Amino acid sequence: MSLFIQLTLTGLTNGAILALAALGFVLIYKSSDVINFAQGEFLLIGAYVIFAMVGQFGLAWPIGMLLTILIAIALGVLVERLVLRPMIGEPIISVIMVTIGLSSVLKAIVSAIWGNVPQAFPPFIPTTPVNLLGATVGADRLWAIAISVLMLGLFSFFFRKSREGIAMRAVADDQTAALSMGISVKKIFAWAWSIAAATAAIGGALVANIVGVSGELAGVGLRVFPVVILGGLDSIPGAIIGGVIIGLLEAYTGGYIGQGLNQVLPFVVLIIILMVRPYGLFGKEIIERV
Amino acid sequence: MISGIFHQTYEKDMALRRTHTQKIRLVLIFIFFLAFPFFANRYALTLANQIGIAVIGAIGLNILVGYTGQISLGQGGFMAVGAYTAGILTARLGMPWWASTLAACFVTALVGVLFGLPSLRLKGLYLAIATLAAQVIILWVVTHWKVMTGGVDALVVPSPMLFGIKMNKDFNFYWVVWSLALIATIAAVNLFRTHWGRAFIAIRDQDIAASVMGVDLFKYKLLAFAISSFYVGLAGALIAHYRSIVTWERFTVDISVLYLAMIIIGGLGSVTGSYLGAIFMTLLPAVLTNLGSAIKDQFPAIDTLLPFIQQAAFGLVIIFFLIFEPEGLNKIWKNIKDYFRLWPFSY
Repeated sequence: MSLFIQLTLTGLTNGAILALAALGFVLIYKSSDVINFAQGEFLLIGAYVIFAMVGQFGLAWPIGMLLTILIAIALGVLVERLVLRPMIGEPIISVIMVTIGLSSVLKAIVSAIWGNVPQAFPPFIPTTPVNLLGATVGADRLWAIAISVLMLGLFSFFFRKSREGIAMRAVADDQTAALSMGISVKKIFAWAWSIAAATAAIGGALVANIVGVSGELAGVGLRVFPVVILGGLDSIPGAIIGGVIIGLLEAYTGGYIGQGLNQVLPFVVLIIILMVRPYGLFGKEIIERV
Repeated sequence: MISGIFHQTYEKDMALRRTHTQKIRLVLIFIFFLAFPFFANRYALTLANQIGIAVIGAIGLNILVGYTGQISLGQGGFMAVGAYTAGILTARLGMPWWASTLAACFVTALVGVLFGLPSLRLKGLYLAIATLAAQVIILWVVTHWKVMTGGVDALVVPSPMLFGIKMNKDFNFYWVVWSLALIATIAAVNLFRTHWGRAFIAIRDQDIAASVMGVDLFKYKLLAFAISSFYVGLAGALIAHYRSIVTWERFTVDISVLYLAMIIIGGLGSVTGSYLGAIFMTLLPAVLTNLGSAIKDQFPAIDTLLPFIQQAAFGLVIIFFLIFEPEGLNKIWKNIKDYFRLWPFSY
């Protein structure tokens, strides 16, 4: 029983972080129809920047976190302006490849600055073990869940109530109509990319606190695909629920079956979902059928 | 487009090379390929062999992505199937290398069809994600099916022998890989003059229109996956026999990306483009390495930075081509030819 609770908590933590990465992914797809293969690298950059701020420059973590988010936002805007804007209206394979090229460049920059060796992260969230229902988990995992839930709540609020959030939903729904209502679609794209980069950076900081910083963190960029396909590529609640389901699935198969099955099972689920229900659990049923 | 040429027979009109310039250029390229191994050193020969394998793989991927319009991120996985099939058949069953290579092609074609099945319901980005899943699943099977593949350890393949000659020496292998590349090229160029190839192009341009015209989407999409995977399996099998060692690291998702980059930088939907892209993407890291060792005295730090520079250059090249020349090197090559043909009146 304690193993079950342990695995559930691990799964929820991983799920929460996957959900944060998936949220940015969905946001970009929703507003600009771009599949971002560099989402994992955004997370990587977030983790390393906060590592530099807190671990190397010795800043207090709230300031470090704030600076990290600002840098992530700047990066998002820059990427949108320089790389993605010329790609508007290009075929889908070009858009996919340009984000892949971007991921390669970002990864190279990170490894050139910080090297390839995994490093311990100065934990700014307490890692003391906590006893919960008979299972022992690090407090940082609980914090990660709490922070993710908070972030996801904030974003739901942002999309429902704020001017920019509503404008983003309008652009996602119909770009032409949004343009004719006086919404600057370009600005919204920049918003989407900077929010995606910022959420990924926060996710990166949370992961780094749990497992340390290394190039491996970019692997989240691939693991996010089962999440978004399961939840629906254009659905924000889908990203959250998909993240939790995939996180739990990984944890249970890893804990009870092993054999590295936890790495492959999400992708098996992905193929099944694609065959049976390509728009996922909550996506809009507008996918083009062949 | 070349203008001012008039043919009086259909045979001449259908020819792949129509003008004297084209024929002379082809002969010159052919002579270059024949003469190259006698003058090149070992390093250049190794590169040439790598390029040959990459050309076969790139043509295969281009058949699927460039000509049929089905985006695949599973190239690395399919290559792994080819390499491991060839490796296992030769190492464990003692099959001769040429037989195991042929078998690997057919097995990979079958696996390609299997993972091509989602293409019947999905397209564009959803298909890309499905093939990405194929890549992950194949690589997982390869690293976990220890009895057959050796798991994460390398699978050692005996050296290919032909009439008592060791074929995987660089000089000998050059002839194997480039004669296979020649056959692959001729087959691919002619494929798009048959009704199969025309059907592929019709599916790429507009699948609904194609099916209205009587192109069986089910049949031809799977056929495209099969032919493409056949090529890719051949490339994988050649890697296995050339290197005498098969490890899973050679077939990660990075390889899928590398091959996609080759055909995009070379030119989608063009056999010449596959050549140019394969040459460019194989030479790029090699040239950077040589540049690095050239300036090593001034910048001792270059040794540690080089892998990152290569990685960044890889990404930057993709981004620059997509933004500034989406039709790739093939288009640049055409522009150069046009410039000289029309010179000095370039309008």
